[in-house]
Amino acid sequence: MERDTETALARRLMAGEADAFDRFVEHFRAKIFHYTWLMCGQREDAEEVAQDTLLKVFESFDQLQEPERVRPWVFRIAKNACLMKRRKSIFAPAHELSLDEFMPSKSDSDGAPKLQIADWSSLPDDQVLQSEMREVLGRAIGDLPENYRSVILLRDMEELSTEETAQVLELSEDTVKTRLHRARLALRAKLDDYLTTAGPRTIARR
Amino acid sequence: MHKDNCKEIFALLSDYLNLELPPDACKEIETHLAGCPPCIEFAESLRKTVELCRQYRPTELPEPLGARAREELVAAYKKMRASYGSNLPAK
Repeated sequence: MERDTETALARRLMAGEADAFDRFVEHFRAKIFHYTWLMCGQREDAEEVAQDTLLKVFESFDQLQEPERVRPWVFRIAKNACLMKRRKSIFAPAHELSLDEFMPSKSDSDGAPKLQIADWSSLPDDQVLQSEMREVLGRAIGDLPENYRSVILLRDMEELSTEETAQVLELSEDTVKTRLHRARLALRAKLDDYLTTAGPRTIARR
Repeated sequence: MHKDNCKEIFALLSDYLNLELPPDACKEIETHLAGCPPCIEFAESLRKTVELCRQYRPTELPEPLGARAREELVAAYKKMRASYGSNLPAK
C-alpha cells in the first residue's frame, strides 16, 4: 500500500468511517508483524506486539497530528511495544559495524578496489527474490546487529525517510545514515559471498 | 589520481544512492565513478542490494486476526472515536 493510500485511510478513520477500520488493521498488522518478526524472530511476540501496537494506535489516534505521517507514527509505537516485549535485551551491548571491514581490499598497484568475482550484473532486479537468494538475504538481515537491523527495516523495507526513521528510533539523522550504510554493506557482502559461491545460474534455475 | 579517493567515495555511496548529497558531492562521485570501473561495479552491487531489500518481505505471515483480538481493537477504536469525535466540528 502506498503512503498516499495509508494517509487517506487514516483520514477516513479519523472521520469515523468504519469501513476503513478493517483495512487499516489488516494492513498495519501485517507491517508490524513483519517488523517485529525480523527484529526478534518470534512469531508469538510478533503477533502480540502487533496487537499491543494497534490497541495503542487506536487509543491515541487523536494524537496523530499529521495523517500523512501515519506510517512513522505507527512504527514509533511498534518500536516501543517491541522494546517492552524484549526489555531484557535493551541493555545488551550494541555491536558496532565498522566501515573498514566492508571496504573491498585494495589491489597492490593503484589502490582501487579489487574487481568483485561475483557477477552482480546478471541479477535481474525483479526476479532474484523468487530464488534462494531471498533466504540468503533473510538470514543476512537476521545476522545484522539489532541497532543496524532496525534502521534497514525502516529505511529500505518500509521506505521511511531518514528524518522519519530518526524520529521513530530516537536517533540523530547522521546516525541513521551511518547505520544504514553499514547495514547495506554488510548485506551486500553476504549476498556477494553467496553469488561468488553459488553463481547466478544456480539462482536462475530456482 | 582519482583512484586515491575510492575510500572517500565508498563511505558516501548510500547517501549518493539515497539522493541525500549536495550537488557538488554528487558531481564528485560521478566523476570518480566514470573513471573507476571497480567502484562503479561496487556501487551497482550496493544499489541492487537496496533494491532486494525493498522487495523483501518475510515469508512468515501473521495468523488471521482472532474474533476476540478484533473486538478489543474495535472497542479501542470506538472509545477513541467517542472522545475524539466530541472535539471535532461536525462534518
